[in-house]
Amino acid sequence: MATGDTVLRVRELRTEFRGDRGHVRVLDNVSFDVGRGRIVGLVGESGSGKSMTALSLMGLTPKPQSHVSARSIELDGVELTALGADGLRRIRGRDIAMVFQEPMTSLNPVRKVGDQVGEPLAVHKGLTRRQIRARVLEMFELVGIPEPKARLDAYPHELSGGLRQRAMIAMGLICEPKLLIADEPTTALDVTTQAQILRLMRELRDRVGTSIIMITHDLGIIAEMCDEVNVMYAGQIVEQADVFDLFERPSHPYTRGLLASIPKSTEKRIGRRMPSIPGRVPDLARLPVGCRFSPRCGDVISVCRQEEPALAGLAEGHFARCWVHAPQAATAGGRDAS
Amino acid sequence: MSLTSEMTALAPDVIEETSFLRDALRAFRKNRMAMVGLFFVVTLILAAVFAPWISPHDPYRVALDEQLLPASSTYWLGTDNFGRDILTRILYGARVSLVVGTVPSLIALMIGTVMGILSGYLGGRTDFVVMRLADMMISFPSLLLAMVVMYTLGANLLNIFIALALVGWASVARVVRSQTLALKGKEFIEAARANGASRATIMFRHIFPNVVPTLIVLFSLSIPDAIMWESSLSFLGVGVQPPGSSWGLLVAKGKEYLFQAPLVAIAPGVAILLTVLAFNFIGDGLRDALDPSMKD
Amino acid sequence: MSEVVLSTRELTKHYVLGGGLFSRRHVVRAVDGVSLDIYERETFALVGESGCGKTTLGRVMLRLHEPTSGTILYRGQDLSRLNERAMREQRKKLQIVFQDPYASLNPRMRIEQILAEPLRTHGFGSAEAIRERCAELLDMVGLSRRYLRNYPHQFSGGQRQRIGIARALANKPDFVVCDESVSALDVSIQAQVLNLLSDLQADLKLTYFFITHDLSVVRQFADRVGVMFLGRLVEVGLTEDLFDRPLHPYTMFLISAVPRADPRQRGRERPILMGDIPSPMNLPSGCRFHTRCPFAKDICRTEEPMPRKIDDRLVSCHFPLES
Repeated sequence: MATGDTVLRVRELRTEFRGDRGHVRVLDNVSFDVGRGRIVGLVGESGSGKSMTALSLMGLTPKPQSHVSARSIELDGVELTALGADGLRRIRGRDIAMVFQEPMTSLNPVRKVGDQVGEPLAVHKGLTRRQIRARVLEMFELVGIPEPKARLDAYPHELSGGLRQRAMIAMGLICEPKLLIADEPTTALDVTTQAQILRLMRELRDRVGTSIIMITHDLGIIAEMCDEVNVMYAGQIVEQADVFDLFERPSHPYTRGLLASIPKSTEKRIGRRMPSIPGRVPDLARLPVGCRFSPRCGDVISVCRQEEPALAGLAEGHFARCWVHAPQAATAGGRDAS
Repeated sequence: MSLTSEMTALAPDVIEETSFLRDALRAFRKNRMAMVGLFFVVTLILAAVFAPWISPHDPYRVALDEQLLPASSTYWLGTDNFGRDILTRILYGARVSLVVGTVPSLIALMIGTVMGILSGYLGGRTDFVVMRLADMMISFPSLLLAMVVMYTLGANLLNIFIALALVGWASVARVVRSQTLALKGKEFIEAARANGASRATIMFRHIFPNVVPTLIVLFSLSIPDAIMWESSLSFLGVGVQPPGSSWGLLVAKGKEYLFQAPLVAIAPGVAILLTVLAFNFIGDGLRDALDPSMKD
Repeated sequence: MSEVVLSTRELTKHYVLGGGLFSRRHVVRAVDGVSLDIYERETFALVGESGCGKTTLGRVMLRLHEPTSGTILYRGQDLSRLNERAMREQRKKLQIVFQDPYASLNPRMRIEQILAEPLRTHGFGSAEAIRERCAELLDMVGLSRRYLRNYPHQFSGGQRQRIGIARALANKPDFVVCDESVSALDVSIQAQVLNLLSDLQADLKLTYFFITHDLSVVRQFADRVGVMFLGRLVEVGLTEDLFDRPLHPYTMFLISAVPRADPRQRGRERPILMGDIPSPMNLPSGCRFHTRCPFAKDICRTEEPMPRKIDDRLVSCHFPLES
């Protein structure tokens, strides 16, 4: 994708934690783009760094243990790395909004839902109470909350999980942000409710044109929602591709393993055993030498255990961090180079 | 089984053998305030134990010609109204104050733990009876309760223990009960039940070890309380009786000479203050070190 | 299929909430008249959304919670009538693997103690024999014997789940309830644990009662499926049949709601169930599903459908699909 209509450009994002065991780099050289009106997926298992990427972009990593650096984070032409804490605070909720996993705990139980959803407007736009209320009502209608007027004065516990998540999305979108980051927005919900929320997010993208970063562990959600996908493993992006490319021609052995190990609800079962990836995600404080996936990889060759591969281009817009399946040139490819 | 290789081939064969308490100890050692507190308390205990050897004077020797002397090189903290060395009196008083600080706390802790676990795990009628009893203890003015015990049973050390334990168990029981209730819903307790474990096994093998960290913290925080209690009782004249000495008694007797010789009351007062502070630091340090939320 | 291992008849569990001095009494009908037969060496999956009572049903079947009414027959013996001591004896054969690998192991016990306890409870033998059995159990679940002296917090979620499985297998059980046992695990680890479970089933002749909300896992793993909605079983059938041709509308919506890991299918028009699950404290009249069912007619609002047999299937619906 060309840089022409890019809402977010992230280059060499690095996040480190200082802990008992020294520095741990939880994100290493994460670079990706989000095009306007696109849904970009970050997929990976726990500890892969997918949620940390979102927190780092928002400047919400725990201080002072963590340190975030990047060559560049550009949001619609504005360089975020040049902004101080105060500048970032003004961006949060106005230009980038976030929807979290737990609709139960991300709303304050003692405040009315309508007031909370309207809060970004009070903070960033300085509207009057009446204007805010009207706008919240409008948003409630947009996200399909039934009886929106009555819900304005409801408390969070009076709403179901699905409605709470709709309210959270309304809050995320109320300032018409340039980018919405959804971190596992449906993981805590039931399947039928999940289907409703996913449909809502797709419709909002189509109608309002919001760009979305979709963080999930569920490849099914990626397949249903995303235009582009970044597969993350142990703090790095290991494969980056258009969604159709990724599912039709997965290159990185980790991606292949993940795709193979999802139980397919549409397929007849052939025997009981499922393909699985052996071993477990490495401890970030004790990463293996060479490729981080090498201890679990079936295609491993000797160089994999010695040197780390770069994100290398396979085709237009398709990159993988692998010695075997991606042509490792002398210079690094992928978004790192652009 | 073919699957065995899926995990073990890659996982390290041995994980370093640690224990919860060892980890906690490591965390505790890093806490500077807690270590200062610990140092102070250890020194104090040693001083109390070795008081007869290290104190500069005889604690009971009356020297009427040396009444209420100010601090000097002979009497580091001066003398009291009988001409006795205050430093010596404080060192001997530490023995009583420390014993009174720990023994009743331990008794209260034991009663409170058993009551709390029974009440929380068994629920129903047991819970009702135990908790109403605890409510009574807590809602009754505890100083009054302790004084009543002391008056009726007589003022001696054993009765101080009884009085303080009686006052203290209820709050322990409440804390332990609420922890037990939280643990009772945990899956590992259900797992124990699913395996046919008896109620006694569940209460004392599964629940008890999980409340131990809380008990340690409660204990360390209840010591200063008990020292204060003893001081209050002695100050009011129903605690340790002269010529014995405890810090509370020293302050009580010294207050009459507050203007002539302020050290007589202030020195033991400061000793109480420092000890209570030291125990509080230790307690806070332990609480942080043992907090399970800091782990995994 | 072979002999019935465990069956329930009109099994019911009602919880009473409130009813104190100042609050109104509510009855939650978590499990409401469930009759079910589980056959030897099969994997029976119970699916449903949160609050449908599937976890409660699993617990009540093992009498970890006492049933309000109904019977539980284990190999012909009525468990609901056993006294506490006799029930404890039966627990050897009836086991459970929990959902949360972090909450299901006692953090203050070493792995060895965790595994040895059920053995000791049921008088397995000498200390030496118990130690040997613990090591054997770790072998069985694919963990190194050297982990015996470690504590749970030193393991990953997948490893802990293996330890939980080892504990359940300690006394050679017959019937194992797996309550969302792989739901908390990452995809790649999930497949490992499912493979382990099916290997163990083959080797040890186990019967699984597999409770889950994840339909993809069910399709791969289960022989038969029961779909639960608000305390009742609405459909029971062979996995293949049920997925290919759901008869109850709720089953159909559940299946269609699962995201497909295939971007080429994203354009497809699929039915999405609207609305929310009614509160189990305030059940709708008639069919419990009628408030969300697009096919509901008058009779659905007034009369509760009784389970009926269609081919090999049990369905509780006045107007089953495609029939």
